[in-house]
Amino acid sequence: MIRVGFVIVALAVFVAIAGPFLSAYDPNAQELARRLEGPSLSHPLGLDELGRDILARILAGARVSLLVGLVVVTISSVTGMFFGSVAGYFGGRVDDVISRVVDVLMAFPGILLAIALVAVLGPSLRNVVLALSVIGWVGYARLVRGQALRAREFEFVQAARALGAGSPRIVLRHVLPTAFPSVVVQATLGMAGAIIAEAALSFLGLGVQPPTPSWGTMLDAGRSHLFDAPHLTIFPGVAIAILVLGFNFLGDGLRDRIDPKMSQ
Amino acid sequence: MTPLLEVRNLVKEFTRSQGLFSAPSVVRAVDVVSFSIAEGETFGLVGESGSGKTTTGRCILRLIEPTAGEVRFKGEDVLAFSRARMRAARRDMQIVFQDPYSSLNPRMRAGDIVEEPLIIHRTGRKVERRARVAELFELVGLDPTQLARYPHQFSGGQRQRIGLARALALNPSLVIADEPVSALDVSVQAQVINLLMDLQERLKLTYLFIAHDLRLVRHICDRVAVMYLGKIVETGPTESLFAAPAHPYTRALLSAIPIPDPAVPRQRIVLDPASFDRTAPLREVSSGHHAAV
Repeated sequence: MIRVGFVIVALAVFVAIAGPFLSAYDPNAQELARRLEGPSLSHPLGLDELGRDILARILAGARVSLLVGLVVVTISSVTGMFFGSVAGYFGGRVDDVISRVVDVLMAFPGILLAIALVAVLGPSLRNVVLALSVIGWVGYARLVRGQALRAREFEFVQAARALGAGSPRIVLRHVLPTAFPSVVVQATLGMAGAIIAEAALSFLGLGVQPPTPSWGTMLDAGRSHLFDAPHLTIFPGVAIAILVLGFNFLGDGLRDRIDPKMSQ
Repeated sequence: MTPLLEVRNLVKEFTRSQGLFSAPSVVRAVDVVSFSIAEGETFGLVGESGSGKTTTGRCILRLIEPTAGEVRFKGEDVLAFSRARMRAARRDMQIVFQDPYSSLNPRMRAGDIVEEPLIIHRTGRKVERRARVAELFELVGLDPTQLARYPHQFSGGQRQRIGLARALALNPSLVIADEPVSALDVSVQAQVINLLMDLQERLKLTYLFIAHDLRLVRHICDRVAVMYLGKIVETGPTESLFAAPAHPYTRALLSAIPIPDPAVPRQRIVLDPASFDRTAPLREVSSGHHAAV
């Protein structure tokens, strides 16, 4: 499983980097006379409503999906690790305040909050990343808080305190590293979540703006041709499904490696 | 002469909330404990699990903040120290933990573990620190070529030596040894105990030795205090306490020591908690030997 996931993710990363060189067509070049044409030898995945090569657009869209996923996961996990470890290690009132904020954010349906944020800030890729990070960090914070709470009692953490280590050093050197493996798993699974969320926001017209190719906007464009040209929605849909599956396989596999007790 | 460490009326209470509607319950883990340790001495703190001996040790180092009482180290009130002053004072008082597995960070190399106290207290340059780490490795009988190994690549006894090297890195005068050998094999216990005694002589260390193994305590301690349910019930010179235990609890504890001779008839005393007054104050039964009877 972990191998399948790894291959899919590695392939997607390769495509995102080498995308423009893998297809003979410019993802924005239009061939209006052949619009909505189905798959053929010259265009393996067919052409969209403006006569653009769907394969070229999917390859280019991988870049947006991975970039959003990577940036969102990086911002969320770093923020989450910071607040989570502070809450868990110091406890008391600091923990109360951070945990309540986390609770409140968790009570919102994430995607709804993201839609509201993007609606207020205006649709753009940057605001999508911002909105997804605002809701994304709480998961990491809760995870890391739990680990920090446990790590605080470890004897090697007590030993560091007995040696006179300050709190920043203890958190960075001794507490966070114990949480790191779980964060890596969470981040891998979080990539899948962020990719779906980006596609959803783009589908709603709140994300990447045309003509930049994104799998979400491609789905949106295909919606009005669902019956006469289903390949417009099927192929980007399949691309999203495969990449998300790949990240999920990878994340689950990593978790099994890190914690064999969970693998049942 | 002022003692190196003086503990007076130390109290540690833990409060535990019992749900929303009932008052929190208070457990007195350490109940008005007093003792003092002279420089170069080995003072044993014995008792069964839960008697409060570990909590006492942690309170002295302020790893747990005591509820009340006084801890004087070299005449200074440790509990009144500011955070910065306390961190500086930690150079002089160190701890060796019971579990050599959980007391070393599994993600750090042995050399880095021993170097950490030197980094924390900004001692020397990188090269000097590495030299000091190698020296410490040799001091505790480890091979300095194994600095780059991780804790799991060492045996239990070797790990305890790493913990000891870490504790000694800053040249402390007081070492609190919290059951330092109870997690080790019997054959390895002797080696580590001998190392502790050898180091004491070479480095003029003072030990607070926390243990439940009475034979060990008898072997290495100059004076002993017996703890029962958070209180010291008997204290005195090791010889006198072992020869003439005055408190019923001490007698019961001593009767539990195995005798390596099947021919000797065993008289195992079972403690009857109703047979003594738990509130009795310590009184002198012989020179320097006090018991709560």
